[in-house]
Amino acid sequence: MSDTKTPSRLFRLWDSDIAYSFRQSPLAIISGVVALVIILAAAFAPLIAPTNPYDPSSLNLMDGFTPPMQENAFTGSTFLLGADNQGRDVLSTILYGARISLFVGFSAVIFAMVLGITAGLIAGYRGGWVDAVLMRIADVQLSFPSILIALLIFGVARGFIPPSQRETMAIWVLIVAIGLSDWVQFARVVRGATMVEKGKEYVQAARVIGVNPIRILLRHILPNVMGPVLVIGTIGLALAIIAEATLSFLGVGVPPTQPSLGTLIRIGQQYLFSGEWWILLFPAVTLLALALAVNLLGDWLRDALNPRLR
Amino acid sequence: MLAFIIRRIVQSALVMLVVALVAFALFRYVGDPISSMVGQETSLADREALRTTLGLNDPFIVQFGRFIGNAIQGDFGISYRLQQPVMELILQRLPATLELALVSGLAAFIFGVSAGVYTALNRRGFLSTGIMAVSLIGVSLPTFLIGILLIWLFAVELQWLPSFGRGDTVALPGGWTTGFLTSSGRQSLILPAITLGLFQMTLIMRLVRAEMLEVLRTDYIKFARARGLSNRTVHFGHALKNTLVPVITITGLQLGAIIAFAIITETVFQWPGVGALFINSVRAVDVPVMAAYLVLIALIFVIINLIVDLLYYVVDPRLRVERGAARH
Amino acid sequence: MTLLAPLKKSGMATKLATSALALAIFAGSASAETIRWARVADALTLDPHSQNEGPTLAVLHHMYESLVRRGTDGSLEPRLATEWNIHPDDPTIWVIKLREGVTFHDGSALTAEDVVFSFDRVRHESSGFRALHTAVTGATAVDDYTVHVQMEGPSPLYVQNLTNFFIMDSGWAEANDVVAPQNFAAGEENHAVRNANGTGPYTLVSRDPEVRTVMAYNENHWAEAPQVTEIIYTPIAEAATRVAALLSGEVDVVQDVPVQDIQRLEQTDGVHVVTGPENRNIFFAYDVSSEKLASSNVDDNPFAHADIREALALALDRDAIQQVVMRGQSQPSAAPLPPFVNGWTEELNAYSKPDYVRAAELVKAIYPEGFSFDMHCPNDRYLNDEAICQAYVGMLGRIGIEANLVSQTRSLHFPLIEKWETDFYLLGWGVPTFDSAYVFNFLLHSREEGFGSYNGSRYANDEVDAKIESLATMTDLDARNAVIAEIWEQVMEDRPILNIHNQLLAYAMRDGINLAVHPENQPQMTTLTFDN
Repeated sequence: MSDTKTPSRLFRLWDSDIAYSFRQSPLAIISGVVALVIILAAAFAPLIAPTNPYDPSSLNLMDGFTPPMQENAFTGSTFLLGADNQGRDVLSTILYGARISLFVGFSAVIFAMVLGITAGLIAGYRGGWVDAVLMRIADVQLSFPSILIALLIFGVARGFIPPSQRETMAIWVLIVAIGLSDWVQFARVVRGATMVEKGKEYVQAARVIGVNPIRILLRHILPNVMGPVLVIGTIGLALAIIAEATLSFLGVGVPPTQPSLGTLIRIGQQYLFSGEWWILLFPAVTLLALALAVNLLGDWLRDALNPRLR
Repeated sequence: MLAFIIRRIVQSALVMLVVALVAFALFRYVGDPISSMVGQETSLADREALRTTLGLNDPFIVQFGRFIGNAIQGDFGISYRLQQPVMELILQRLPATLELALVSGLAAFIFGVSAGVYTALNRRGFLSTGIMAVSLIGVSLPTFLIGILLIWLFAVELQWLPSFGRGDTVALPGGWTTGFLTSSGRQSLILPAITLGLFQMTLIMRLVRAEMLEVLRTDYIKFARARGLSNRTVHFGHALKNTLVPVITITGLQLGAIIAFAIITETVFQWPGVGALFINSVRAVDVPVMAAYLVLIALIFVIINLIVDLLYYVVDPRLRVERGAARH
Repeated sequence: MTLLAPLKKSGMATKLATSALALAIFAGSASAETIRWARVADALTLDPHSQNEGPTLAVLHHMYESLVRRGTDGSLEPRLATEWNIHPDDPTIWVIKLREGVTFHDGSALTAEDVVFSFDRVRHESSGFRALHTAVTGATAVDDYTVHVQMEGPSPLYVQNLTNFFIMDSGWAEANDVVAPQNFAAGEENHAVRNANGTGPYTLVSRDPEVRTVMAYNENHWAEAPQVTEIIYTPIAEAATRVAALLSGEVDVVQDVPVQDIQRLEQTDGVHVVTGPENRNIFFAYDVSSEKLASSNVDDNPFAHADIREALALALDRDAIQQVVMRGQSQPSAAPLPPFVNGWTEELNAYSKPDYVRAAELVKAIYPEGFSFDMHCPNDRYLNDEAICQAYVGMLGRIGIEANLVSQTRSLHFPLIEKWETDFYLLGWGVPTFDSAYVFNFLLHSREEGFGSYNGSRYANDEVDAKIESLATMTDLDARNAVIAEIWEQVMEDRPILNIHNQLLAYAMRDGINLAVHPENQPQMTTLTFDN
């Protein structure tokens, strides 16, 4: 966006009503704090984590399955949250895993947002066959739930990416897969709002005097749809983090040597019956806390942006 | 009217063709079906011969043309893995998936609407907050984990419900098998239906709550109250009735999503439906089954979408104008 | 109940209370003679000559019978054949005497004609077992109960290839148009895929692929009646669900038990676990002959250096893998063949302790900066396959080698080996013939027509190739074993394969049931007994 006035107007809005509403909602404050703590801990994982789980040379397999805060009988090591099946410190894997999950989640949502807003604006503004084609594509997209689309994209990617690159590409494939399955929601909301906005007199007037349509879209229409887009984006972030976990369960996630929260849960669920509960419980609780906080923030944001509900 | 219907049907057919192309193209190049069809002893020359007889060495367009031609007649070939006609495999498993989808869809609708109405009417209530919180936990954990936790709690620890499968089924005329008529069949349905329906239930609940809150603010409701109607009549006779139209639409559209999301639930519960068939086929690169499944899911969705569109067209005259305007 | 408490062993009181409830729910389907048997996958087909694949064979052995069979100790036992000998006048002919008075499920009698027909069918081009019978040129019926199998040359060990060769009724096959095994290209289903007419101890009652297969005892079977009169076979793919089904009493016997769940199952009242070695070894192999690796950051092929291969071996801590990854469910071994197999010796099996310091020195001497490569691993084929690879990635990290783990489903993994598209991979190899020649032919002979289809190491040694080829026709078993020993000596020196261990199999079952582990992982329900 080249126009600097638009964001500043948004910020003014933030300063007043939204911030006030945030202060008035204890749930929103708690969620905000939880989300912030997890995001910061993940961002600074290399500084906080006791060990680097990505460095294979620091691992000792004999540390495997050490329970939390107990000494391993062979190596004498102790881990706050225990060690997993490969002898990795569970706390460290969670911090590094949350980093990957959040990176995938944010990137996927931003990707979906950009794609969806662009498609929605164009479809809503142009109408006609452009709208018909884009909305048909959206229909096809909706008929395949995110999981299925992600599986498909993984299939294609596997065909095109040489085997030696697959590991490094896995994360990007995941982002594209989840992002592509989520853009429709953004597109529909933006399209609807654009169609309403398009009919209004100020837009008609701008059109008549020959203002560049892209300028109309960005300057006049986009700011009016940012509210719902942010709400969808927030809830989409939680969904993306869960989707990543589910894809890991189906075996198409990130490699186990660089696990995300979802991969950790997939590994941990194998030890549910055998009594090594810490391998599953701690990553699952982290994922739950993160997704819950983000969902609650999304809820709050939706209510706060909808003045009629206040 | 007729022109509109024809246009939508043509569009739907195009959508189906695109889906078929995507389905076929993708899976044709995922993995090597030959190595899942033959054992470790088979020589390289034998593999190549099999590849040729299966037509896997033909140009892409030839393979796709053959695929479309057969698909129109409902013939998706033989499953590489199970060596049975694909259509038959899918039709055998469809009842299991449809019954599961129906039960979890209905449960999600009933519980979702009730909880939605309740939380809308008692916005600040303790129970409302509780319901909202639990429903959020439901969407904040991956489905597979919820399924495994349910199995562990209700099948292993408490031993109240079966952990896998459909229980005993009864064959009905027309090739349909049902689990509704036996007690083991009904018990087997409970855990998978909860697992599958939880997400949709949350979705519906939040939608109903939001719609109810909107409707309760309208002048229409205010007038109703002013007329001295009881709360009960206002809430259920007026507000809920107005809420339900969009909710039913969304639920209908979600049915397709439920069927597809069953992939994960069916995998966890060894539910003998098309979702489990699909994921097993993906693992074994069973191209005919994968392609047929995708086409089937798309078909179900396109049909639901078509019906919804046509109903809207009949019910809401404004849409007719809008569609007309969009044509210029 | 809190979240964590039930993970530990539940108190007796709750167990009693809940088991009463469980009985109420499941009483309908269980009777003393019915066995509900679950494992990870279903038989792919009931056609006896179509798919040479584990679960398929295990199920087929109950409905069809082979001429000879492998006992739980690995030895050959008579089944439909009562005697098998090399013809006294012609070393290229095997003489097989058939059991008399055997009938197929449809009532027709087993004769030499059926065996001849089956030999033709198993050698048909759409058969999955062709490679086991390439040395056969034809079979003839000498009388009703004697068959002569003509071989290309002397084949003293051919009878070992017959353990999974099922005999089919020629009349039934002709009547149902299944003279050839499933032909995929024909585009139609074969009657034998879902119907079975064997001589086996159980007849097919119903089959719903991937859901349930029911078999009932065949009253006319020739052998002593087994205790199990009905088998309900259920594939359950998800490991947690499979274990849960046994714990909740919905199945009686579970195969493919995850190693981590064995201890919990053993401690659970009413359930016990039996373990035994499988005839399968798990190993790493790597490209030893290409100029340059596809996935490495160095310009030559590190695995072509004998010192690097030694370093790879020195970095592998087999005991740690056995103890942590496998939970004791493996037999660490340096020899790339299971102990059942002819040619195995204690010396081959011996392995040294890891020596990371020495290994790191060896790597550093050639690659001061270390090197990297992609390690390919299946994640759904062998016991904890992915975890084994992951553990080895860590061990290699300690000696300055960076391995990038690429783990994927088996249908994507195995083609990489067949097409030589992997530099380093994990593979498991079962040896159904119980002879080293089988390992040599597939894994170590250089790749050419009929040989080396799984030689992903690209190992090529003309001398070894010649010796391998000579094994096929050697009739003097002592001389033959000497050649086998020579080949192993050379191979162990060249190290194209880095063996990890032999898998142990675990079957879990409810108390009151006895079933031994079968080395080929083909449990026989006829051998199952109940305590009473």
